[in-house]
Amino acid sequence: MDPVAFKFLGAGLACIGMGLAAMGVGNIFGNFLSGALRNPSASDGQFARAFIGAALAEGLGIFCLVVALVLLFT
Amino acid sequence: MASPIEQFEIKPIIPVIHFTNSSLFMVGAVAVIVGGLMFATRNRAVVPGRGQAVAEILHDFVVGTLRDTAGQEGMKFFPLVFSLFLFVLTANLFGLIPGFFTVTSHIIVTAALAVLVMGTVVVYGFAKHGTHFLGLFVPSGVPVWLLPFIVIIEVISFLSRPVSLSLRLFANMLAGHIALKVFAGFVVSLLAAGGALSILAPLPLLMAVALMALEFLVASLQAYVFTVLTCIYLNDALHPGH
Repeated sequence: MDPVAFKFLGAGLACIGMGLAAMGVGNIFGNFLSGALRNPSASDGQFARAFIGAALAEGLGIFCLVVALVLLFT
Repeated sequence: MASPIEQFEIKPIIPVIHFTNSSLFMVGAVAVIVGGLMFATRNRAVVPGRGQAVAEILHDFVVGTLRDTAGQEGMKFFPLVFSLFLFVLTANLFGLIPGFFTVTSHIIVTAALAVLVMGTVVVYGFAKHGTHFLGLFVPSGVPVWLLPFIVIIEVISFLSRPVSLSLRLFANMLAGHIALKVFAGFVVSLLAAGGALSILAPLPLLMAVALMALEFLVASLQAYVFTVLTCIYLNDALHPGH
């Protein structure tokens, strides 16, 4: 196989990690929503924390994207 | 057809002083922030007008975020946090205007902002607490045999903060703009294919419109996330003990 093809394969494989990060972010917001529906008065105070958790989970998916971009464009 | 990453190309405008299109839009963002806030607060009143109300909402929003995460003590960092929030927000939203350059889609810009934040944290932490600041890496209530591993993990987590802070903003902006460009490219190539395929051309156009709405959300959200994380890291400098 052409070595360049492995580069594209690697970029594609790196993007699997972004799907896993999507599961993490969905998990955070899903749990936040189910908690907020049980106790709506407490949800406003925890809003920032939900976003911090989502940002941290998303950041790890972003690393995968960066790996893919580095593979594609260098 | 142009490559989707061509939009991030840096072109010199005044080569002698290395003034590029990136610098131009940074200056533009700062001019919009300063001019907008000065215009909004030009005749201040107890009952705010429309412009003043916008400025007050922005101010109160950042004050609320900072006070919730870093406490009343953190208010001394308010100018830094407010400037960072407005700069990142304006730069992100500027990039969504067609034809405009996205300053935050270059990692050097976001890395400089993240290094500024972490530099403030480290310098202020050591200046205020001295070596006690290192207590940040030693959580209380951990069994002694576990402590070396925890300290190593805490150090790695601290060192990865500026990396993740800058990469998150940069990659969100970059990925969003590439996706927009790719879907816009689909419209062009479907139209160029002609015949039955060109009937399908409105579909990627609709997707590009939907993505544009998503990008507005992402631009504001990433500015907010950057601000919240800055507040949390500053809180570590103010209260290093866990």
